[in-house]
Amino acid sequence: MSGPVDDGRTDQSTNSGPGATAAPGPPHAGAPVPVLALHGLSKSFGGAQALDNVDLTILPGEVHGLLGENGSGKSTLIKVLNGFHAPDSGSLEIAGEPVALPLPPGQFRELGLSFVHQDLGLILELSVLENLRVGELIAQRGAWIGWRNERRRAHETFARYGLELDPSAPVGSITPTERALLAIVRAVEGIRSAQSDRHMSHGLLVLDEPTVFLPADGTQQLFGIVREIVSSGDASVLFVSHDLDEVREVTDRVTVLRDGRLQGTVNTSETSEPQLVEMIIGRRLESLALPSQQLTGHDVELSVRGLCGGSLEDIDFDIRRGEILGFTGLAGSGFEDIPYLLFGAQSGRAGTLSAQGITFDLTQMTPDRAVRNGFVLLPADRQRDGSVPGLPVGDNVMLQVLPTYKGPMGLRRRQLNRRAHGLLQEFDVRPPDPRATYEELSGGNQQKAMLAKWLQTEPKYIFLHEPTQGVDVGARAQIFSMLGDAARDGASVLCASSDYEQLAAVCDRVIVIARGRMAREISTDVTKERIAEQVYNSVTLRETTQEVAT
Amino acid sequence: MEASTQPPTESPKASTESEAAVERAEERPRRRPVSNARSMQFLERWALLFAWIAVVILFSLIKPDTYPTSGNFQTIFGSQAVLLMLTLGLILPLTTGDFDLSIASNMSLTSMLIAVLNVNHGWAILPAVVAGLLAAILVGVINGALVVLIGIDSFIVTLGTGTVLLGIVQWISNATDVTGTSQVLTTWTIGHRIGGISLIFYYGVAATLILFYVFEYTPLGRRLLFVGRGRSVSRLSGLRVSRIRWGSFVCCGLFAGLAGIMYAGSLGGADPASGQTFLLPAFAAAFLGATAVYPGRFNPIGTFIAVYFLVSGITGLQLLGVQNFVQQLFYGGALVIAVALSTLARRRGARAPS
Repeated sequence: MSGPVDDGRTDQSTNSGPGATAAPGPPHAGAPVPVLALHGLSKSFGGAQALDNVDLTILPGEVHGLLGENGSGKSTLIKVLNGFHAPDSGSLEIAGEPVALPLPPGQFRELGLSFVHQDLGLILELSVLENLRVGELIAQRGAWIGWRNERRRAHETFARYGLELDPSAPVGSITPTERALLAIVRAVEGIRSAQSDRHMSHGLLVLDEPTVFLPADGTQQLFGIVREIVSSGDASVLFVSHDLDEVREVTDRVTVLRDGRLQGTVNTSETSEPQLVEMIIGRRLESLALPSQQLTGHDVELSVRGLCGGSLEDIDFDIRRGEILGFTGLAGSGFEDIPYLLFGAQSGRAGTLSAQGITFDLTQMTPDRAVRNGFVLLPADRQRDGSVPGLPVGDNVMLQVLPTYKGPMGLRRRQLNRRAHGLLQEFDVRPPDPRATYEELSGGNQQKAMLAKWLQTEPKYIFLHEPTQGVDVGARAQIFSMLGDAARDGASVLCASSDYEQLAAVCDRVIVIARGRMAREISTDVTKERIAEQVYNSVTLRETTQEVAT
Repeated sequence: MEASTQPPTESPKASTESEAAVERAEERPRRRPVSNARSMQFLERWALLFAWIAVVILFSLIKPDTYPTSGNFQTIFGSQAVLLMLTLGLILPLTTGDFDLSIASNMSLTSMLIAVLNVNHGWAILPAVVAGLLAAILVGVINGALVVLIGIDSFIVTLGTGTVLLGIVQWISNATDVTGTSQVLTTWTIGHRIGGISLIFYYGVAATLILFYVFEYTPLGRRLLFVGRGRSVSRLSGLRVSRIRWGSFVCCGLFAGLAGIMYAGSLGGADPASGQTFLLPAFAAAFLGATAVYPGRFNPIGTFIAVYFLVSGITGLQLLGVQNFVQQLFYGGALVIAVALSTLARRRGARAPS
């Protein structure tokens, strides 16, 4: 490991990689007053340090990228700026003026800050105009809304950004790209009105992963608006993203966080892609050779061909008997839909699933049919999709097998209870009391109870989504070994997860999904780092992506 | 591809181990001195029963000459079997998470159909009864289809169909009372008495016990509960949620039909309006019943206790000479209080440790 930033623990501020600038290095001549300067920001949750002494400086007229993996502290930093989190320490200056932290909720507006989050915050049933003016309409005193006037103003606003949007169209009827642009225009209008009210000239637009759900040309349009906003001098932009290509394309400088620590702030144009990846995941890239796995026909237990659904297109793969196959990708890539599509919980647009000589049409799949054929699904949302939290653990765990306990006088309730108790002990659910309410259990025990519910039916195919979300470390290890046992007993397991460590721990093979397509396959040396690396590669090199041959 | 849930593999060793463990688990509460929580739980489960007994004792003390008489108890038990039957039908869709507001009109339809066919059209009583019952079931089928197939909110669907049914009842009866149905029907509802109480009371008891068995001792009962409390988990567990919801509407129609037969028998005919007055009491009794025996769940035994608690109270008040409007006060108040209590019970049960 010979990279300049192979170890973030040494000294974060003296990052000396090519293109790295020492702290607030101004890209322009002179020393303009930063729009926003955060110094020594720290925040911990419980024992976990989400942000550790982080600095961030945003200059006037720049697009500043904020990069980092899940859990690197990006969202915590954003939530400090919008007043959601109170930091443990740190100072903030806006346009050179110190501002006391924590910010009261809503304060950011008066400071000239505005946020667009991934969900955009639009109301689909209302019109473009109503969404654009929602803040003012709520605050407006008079009883009269001059709709004609409002429409004219909206047209003018859109024209300024080169947008052609019908103000009276419902937001639900415009394209996802137009929605994102509308949300951005609305945010900039918010900044402009704060500027004119308070006679200030600075502003900062924070775009929090706005491109995740956009098609490629939509992303370009969005960048066009971002450049327009910056060049017109309305505001600087903080662009938060996972996507290296996008960050490299649109930003002037980039700040990278890893594990809550600052990895450095660099000039984008002077930094290569491998250097950025290295800063993000903490090690150097290895060769990009695609390891290919030749599957022998006879031990394939489950084959999926041509699966399309949600944002997924043409997914083909096989799972062998006893194999644990992982699926992962960045947020919005669509990997998390795979278990639900195969199980029939969501309906696909096309595709087939073959198992044991039966071919299922995935556009017609239902959970009922899936269960009858030995498929099980452990959904990520245990409380909503996996259980009835208010009912006893025993009822939840035994729902599947009730018919086996039918006697001549109806359900053998004693026997049912006894079996539930035994099962809970076998899966180490604490307490193993079938009469306890499900929601009284801790996250780990809830998930172990879910495994008990499904594994007692000896399923042949197990589909999992984020199986260890909200599960403590001890239970995690137990769940891994239960899954390992199930696979050893001959089940084929599919696990969709964004937790690379977990994938590395349980999976024999991992397929990376990027933008709805299969992008990479890791079948040897499945480690956390390699998965992370392939996930980032899958996005950065998408132009040359080849589909994995199966 | 038939249902192939494999039987759980229970090795002999594991089962003896778990048996012993269950014994331990089951003995634990017995050995422990009765804790506060357990006695509170007991009190909660049976509070409504105690309240019923208290009401009976109270009125017996106030009106020793008229209330605690066999005649009065015969009235209490006999007169409200129709309400009991109707409420038992109602708790089926309520358990699966749907409303049936058409249930009282459906009952009116059955009783009016029997009366019109038997009296005006000269049908024999048995075919008339069968026709009435089939009509009620058909209404359940239609309600279920609208809710499940088209996906309309059951509240709106049954509000609509209930009003349509009311119109049909007025139409086929020319909005007048039809009396003079066959004596056979009357004999088999209120004519015969066992222990001084007319036969329909025992029909109600039988229906209560059958539903109790279904709710507590069949897989179907558990499935109804899961469908009502967690649509998503039920679907993902392979339950045919739509079929179960639809089925509960059909069975609700069946119970409404049975109630209609009993109503026609006890009136010796049918009137186009009075059936509607059962709607609110049925909801009041169902929600009040859900605070008892298995708090937080609609259940048949709780429903039985709730119906007779309400009737005993109202009968007592009427004996005191209180005006008729007390019925509305009593039923309406009971509904609101019952819903408040069961919501509180469920919330307390649902207090997440997260």
